[in-house]
Amino acid sequence: MSENVLKVENVTMQFGGVVAVDNMNLEVNAGEIVSLIGPNGAGKTTAFNVITGVYPPTNGVVYFEGQKIVENYPHGKMRKLYKGENNGAYTHAIEPTPDKITRMGVARTFQNIRLWSSQTVFENILIAKHCRVTAGLLSATFRMNKLEERRQREECDELLRILGLEKVRDELATSLPYGQQRRVEIARALATQPKLLLLDEPAAGMNPQETQELTAFVGRIRTDFKLTVLIIEHHMDLVMDISDRIYVLDFGKLIASGTPANVQNDQRVIDAYLGVSEDA
Amino acid sequence: MRRNRIPQSFKILGALLLFLAIVLMLDNVPGIPVMLLIVLRKGAIYALVAVSMNLLNGFTGLFSLGQAGFMLLGAYTYAILTIPVENQALVYQRYPNGGIGFSVTESLGRVLGQPGLLLGVIICLILGGIVAGLFAYLIGLPVLKLKSDYLAIATLGFAEIIRAVVQYEKLGPITNGSNLLSNFTSFSNFHLGSLRLDTVMPFIFAGFCIWIVILIINSTYGRAFKAIRDDEIAAEAMGINLAKHKRMSFIISSFFAGVSGALLAMYQASIQATIFKAAMTYEILLIVVLGGIGSISGSVIAAFLFVGSSEWWLRFLDNTTVLPSFSAKLLLAIIFAAVVVGVVSLVAYKQNKAQKSHSETGGRHRKLLALKPSGVITIIVGILVLLGDLLFLLSPGLKLPLLRSGFRMVVFSIVIMMVVLFFSRGLMGDRELPDLFRTGHRKR
Repeated sequence: MSENVLKVENVTMQFGGVVAVDNMNLEVNAGEIVSLIGPNGAGKTTAFNVITGVYPPTNGVVYFEGQKIVENYPHGKMRKLYKGENNGAYTHAIEPTPDKITRMGVARTFQNIRLWSSQTVFENILIAKHCRVTAGLLSATFRMNKLEERRQREECDELLRILGLEKVRDELATSLPYGQQRRVEIARALATQPKLLLLDEPAAGMNPQETQELTAFVGRIRTDFKLTVLIIEHHMDLVMDISDRIYVLDFGKLIASGTPANVQNDQRVIDAYLGVSEDA
Repeated sequence: MRRNRIPQSFKILGALLLFLAIVLMLDNVPGIPVMLLIVLRKGAIYALVAVSMNLLNGFTGLFSLGQAGFMLLGAYTYAILTIPVENQALVYQRYPNGGIGFSVTESLGRVLGQPGLLLGVIICLILGGIVAGLFAYLIGLPVLKLKSDYLAIATLGFAEIIRAVVQYEKLGPITNGSNLLSNFTSFSNFHLGSLRLDTVMPFIFAGFCIWIVILIINSTYGRAFKAIRDDEIAAEAMGINLAKHKRMSFIISSFFAGVSGALLAMYQASIQATIFKAAMTYEILLIVVLGGIGSISGSVIAAFLFVGSSEWWLRFLDNTTVLPSFSAKLLLAIIFAAVVVGVVSLVAYKQNKAQKSHSETGGRHRKLLALKPSGVITIIVGILVLLGDLLFLLSPGLKLPLLRSGFRMVVFSIVIMMVVLFFSRGLMGDRELPDLFRTGHRKR
């Protein structure tokens, strides 16, 4: 078995009485592109938020490169409310903040683009490098980190060149067309030097041609940056085109997983997407 | 590479030295209006505190109203540490054995003379900043988890608490209760030969601190602050530790507020907790907003404009004035009427032109004047003012109407409202001075 980059084990996320993600198990191997699909409200973004530390799960563990990065068990108010499985399997709480997980090597993009609006494309990418800065406040203030600063600027320019964004380098990030803003957001995530890239609906709002370009783009960055990618997506052509494996989520539960061909022919997946007729 | 050109940094240094020389000259040439000097001194200090507030409110997006509290901490730390020992009995009249029993500036000054005094002042200014920064760290632990208005309320409350605590009777032997602290080392203790340094010193100290703030803002940490301001969630997802960076910004801001409080103490030569009321924070907030949230040069310019108009240029509005003769009255009325007619017709002309070109495509309507409601109101107000002017001309006596104690604040408020209406993002927006002279500036 190849090494897991990401392993999500028995993760349940419950908000009050609502179980958004129910006992999810997911593995992403090094160098794979894995898609997480499912109808609206299935809990895909919630799963992302658990992996990136936005919320601690109610129960379960997330491993990154074999290391536990997130763990939780039902405690406090949740002890009585908990409706999920595996109660009592875990006894520790590890709840890092999102920035810590990013520094470990997990970067993400957002479903609704969140670029820093007053900054140029270059500045957006340069700021993402801040998490790798070793200089302290004093040495940064008095410019004793010139070497590091210059190296980071060169890396950003290099990144822009590789991703074909050098023409818009000094444009305000939010003044760009939608498709390019998506690219800048991915570039910004890459600037944090991740090993695992999480893309939350990267093709949302794109036309078929833009989607096709994005598919090629994601494939390219995977090889160029030796990345492992986990994608949430609705565009089936993109998902089927690009994924090595697919996980299907419905009402918080994994209902299917496997290669694109397998998943496409799975009856439960078809039912989840098309609905089951009453008299079936 | 063009090697013959003088490096940019030398040019800037030269310009700065020239500027300081001019300020030094103003201080020492007889006949310079004393109000000008006061405005320059206080303006420099207010510029620093406005910049420190802008760092927090404009660049990190944390809406805090604790500035007066941190200034107070800096001012009191400075004053308590620098009152000469022989004056302590006089200052702490109501508290026998009050005072700390030593004075940093005095001790150093005795050993090293004038340079020692200066060293002492610098040490105490920094200590004032550190005390403010320390309190910022402590108060930041619980408070920085709050957002926007809630943070503002919490910090405002903190500033009020500090003011009350300092005035507490039991702390009297150190803080002198609610009485004045005075006789400490101030700007007037310094001379260069026979030259007075009263105005140059606040410029040097405040300028140095503002320079450091500019360096911070343009460093990688400053960029992280701006990312937090623009989108906190994205900033955190990109590996920026929110708690750490917010705390950092809060402490830096408070440090410089503390230093500016100490400078204010030096400028006033005496200090009392009652001046550091919430009203002072509002004044600083006003400067930040007028100058432009997120613009350092805007804050500096607005600080001088604010101090200038609140202390000097509008003073005459508070005094009842009697004109010398009827011809003077006539002249004044005519000039006033001309100005009013000029302003109103300018507004009407511009709006008319804009509206006409707008409705040209629609055809049909052909009015003499096409105006928006605001234009109509301007004309009505203009006519009323002209009527008032006529009444003034026809009235007996030579006394100017309206001018009386308190009228200054009315005019001042109207001016501020006008500035905010016409420059909705402050005088400078989020641009800096050099941006104005750059031809290919960034697209908005």
